Amino acid sequence: MNRRDFFTCHVADKSRPAASLGPGYYSNGVFRTHENKPVRFYDDLIKGKISIINFMYASCDKYCPRSIACLTKLQDLLGDHLGRDMFMYSFTLKPDEDTPAKLAAYAKGNGARPGWLFLTGSEYDLTSIRFKLFRLDDPLLDFSVDIHASMLRIINDNNSRWTSWVLPDPPRLIREAVSWVEPTKPFAVRVRENAELQAAIDKESVISAPKRAEFKRAHGWPEITAKYENPDGMKKLQTLFHAGA
Amino acid sequence: MLKASAAAGVVTMLTSRKTLAQSLPPIPTQPPDCAAPAPTNSPATTPFVQALPIPPVAIPTILNPFPTLAADTANGEAARANHQDWFQFFPLLQYNVSVQPTMHQFHPQIPPTYCWGYNGIYPGPTFLNIYGVPVVVRFHNNLPVDNIGFGDNNHTTHLHNGHTASESDGFAGDYWSPGLFKDHHYPNVYAGFNEFPPLGDQLEAQHTYWYHDHRHSFTATNNYRGINGMYLIYDDIDTGFEFPGQGPQALRLPGPYGIYDIPLNFTDKLFCANGEMFATAPDAVPGGTDKFCVNGAIQPYFNVQTRKYRFRFLNSGPARIWTFNLSDNNGNPVPMTVVTTDGNLLPSPVEVISTSSVPTLTGLTVYVSQRYDVIIDFTNATPGTSWYLTNVAAQFVGNAPEPEPAPGVNIGNVVMAFNITGPPPSPDQSQVPEVLTTLPNISKPMANLFGTRVWNFNDDVVGAEGDPANPTGKVFNVNGLTFDPNRADATVQQGSSETWLIRNRFPGTGWTHPVHIHLEEGRVLDRRNITVNPTTGVITINSQGVPPLEQGRRDVYPILPNDEVLIFLQFRDWFGKYMIHCHNLGHEDGLMLVRWDVTTGPSSTVTSPVYSDGTPNTGNGQVNSGAQPNITPALTALAPTFNLNPPGTSKLNRPGLKGSKKGVKA
Repeated sequence: MNRRDFFTCHVADKSRPAASLGPGYYSNGVFRTHENKPVRFYDDLIKGKISIINFMYASCDKYCPRSIACLTKLQDLLGDHLGRDMFMYSFTLKPDEDTPAKLAAYAKGNGARPGWLFLTGSEYDLTSIRFKLFRLDDPLLDFSVDIHASMLRIINDNNSRWTSWVLPDPPRLIREAVSWVEPTKPFAVRVRENAELQAAIDKESVISAPKRAEFKRAHGWPEITAKYENPDGMKKLQTLFHAGA
Repeated sequence: MLKASAAAGVVTMLTSRKTLAQSLPPIPTQPPDCAAPAPTNSPATTPFVQALPIPPVAIPTILNPFPTLAADTANGEAARANHQDWFQFFPLLQYNVSVQPTMHQFHPQIPPTYCWGYNGIYPGPTFLNIYGVPVVVRFHNNLPVDNIGFGDNNHTTHLHNGHTASESDGFAGDYWSPGLFKDHHYPNVYAGFNEFPPLGDQLEAQHTYWYHDHRHSFTATNNYRGINGMYLIYDDIDTGFEFPGQGPQALRLPGPYGIYDIPLNFTDKLFCANGEMFATAPDAVPGGTDKFCVNGAIQPYFNVQTRKYRFRFLNSGPARIWTFNLSDNNGNPVPMTVVTTDGNLLPSPVEVISTSSVPTLTGLTVYVSQRYDVIIDFTNATPGTSWYLTNVAAQFVGNAPEPEPAPGVNIGNVVMAFNITGPPPSPDQSQVPEVLTTLPNISKPMANLFGTRVWNFNDDVVGAEGDPANPTGKVFNVNGLTFDPNRADATVQQGSSETWLIRNRFPGTGWTHPVHIHLEEGRVLDRRNITVNPTTGVITINSQGVPPLEQGRRDVYPILPNDEVLIFLQFRDWFGKYMIHCHNLGHEDGLMLVRWDVTTGPSSTVTSPVYSDGTPNTGNGQVNSGAQPNITPALTALAPTFNLNPPGTSKLNRPGLKGSKKGVKA
């Protein structure tokens, strides 16, 4: 921990959510956005928000383009949450190459909307949060730059719920993962969604009983019409209960 | 006498014990998590000060509203497909289970810990069942709507490796939210009931199961919170009782449950000073921690008499691989006799001991979610002394320095102690027959294999897309893909059989993947190790045969780095979605899961063809680019080398019992 962390991490901050892990956990290093604005990691990026965090670098041409394209589509699925209570942060893995100006061009080229920030900073601060958020306890992977082009961390500071996903999976899946850290929906809403899910299951090609019977006949398996009766089974179970319970 | 007690028992079970079953502990409010600062070790605890807890038996009840074929969504049941074969295996017993928060004390020196558990206890109640008595279990999700920190309040239960229809299998994507419940139909039938009606092939009997949370992306945290328990099924061969007169078919292994048949649910945890469990991050649990817990107690003792016991070892995760040794009071190694592997009877008992000359029988290595039923014979133990079960992986326990309990036994490695009390009140009537079962005859399905399906369990940095220069970025994947609950990577036709080649990435990064396959148990046909000649670069696949503890049927197949395992599988009884996944709970949450479906057919000839967004999966994560993990021709040429039983009937064909002779030495 450097001197800045020591001071910023231990200052009591009444404005942060009660369940938050706070700057002592997340660290509070200063990064610079693609708009060339300085921001503190916890205070400005994490506190009270849902954050969707990944690592990238502008010159990455193998895996990153698909990952970034996926995030571009995710913006639409986040709707007006983006920039209000949900934010997307793409940190560079190569701070030497990626200046704010270069990141600004990259953001523009990928159609980033307000609420999606591309950030650079000191190697120390970037590595610190990379290890804090994406550590696998495997040196080969933890120090690999490429591996981090696909990892996505989703954090809600208000209830300290985290989850993760990998890129470039469909944005639909990532949007669903974001919903897991959101506050649980009201019961009435969940009951309605459950009914909708049931309707979808019923509509799907569920294999009907007659079709199953036909399939069994095709295999030459005997058809079972009567319920299986097991007069002795219950008696055996009784003795088990008496001995074990 | 037995009949009379049985008749009386029905009344007792449904009346007085009903009230017992319903008295759930109060739901506590959640204390703050202790994520920061990270503790380096748990508070110090004195070993062997608490007795081993035995999970209580789950008690049946009458469900209200009554369970139905279709999901009762109007009354709060979670959405699901109709129960398959519901009327054929109409449930005779009903259970009501609440998944809820609770306070559980792991050790007298550690304050009570906020946990989640089945019926508010950890481990959950043990289900005692009989093959041929179908049951329905209603799982209420009573987890908090406003939970903070690790764990997710959406829940689904998987009965591992229950022979259950898809809608009751606890598929990882079929979770339900707080306030809803779901009925799982457990028909308690043997596999192959279509082929061998009405109950299935008794040779497919499986006896030791466990049930646990399977909500994808949060399985590790939810299990760490405590959502797991055991589920045992007996039949007329493994009866649960040791007394004579049960017929010549009865094995008479030590029993009954709770007295001489003891579950041992092993896990490890890291505690903060306030008693809360530590999670490395709000969605991750520590991979290796400093407190060994057995049935929810840290380093407990168990009082034993000088006779045989049956212990049901279960590694409930999240990640630790245990290697167990047993030492007597002088520190000398004592053998343990394994009778079942993943709940399936071995053809013959297998002895493991820490000093075995056979590497695979040196200690009992238990990967996550594996089960071993182990007979320990204390007959010759000295009353007043203690035997010690140790995990040989060196471990810092965080205790004040303790003397070695026995010569050469490091207290930091001791998982639990067996205190020898004295002779049993009545003579030991249990036995360990030399022949436990015969394996199902698979020569016919082996001759009609659809093919070999390859599943590459990758932890790549590079090359998962087939091009070694093309970094995938994905850490945990199968055939280059990660889990999408809506995408099946393979479909198999009901009634067909295949061999599956499960392969760890080569060259591996050092991770072991205990791979679990839902639905039917498999037979290990071959284990192979992949090596590369450092000078020529030639890759060699070295067959290692089938180790002694994989001679029976299994449902978890660990693959060590650079290993692959070839198994035989059948898909006979139900339609729907099932999974193959790594059961290291952290890897599982890293989306190392695959959905595959049993359908009316035909089986898919290509495995993992597309990403879930429809993009073609060009390289499939194959080890050597160019080769495709698709169906390859049946391995009929290899078949004669497999130890197949001669053609016969499905009836159990076991020679007469040979007294209580100890098992074979492999």
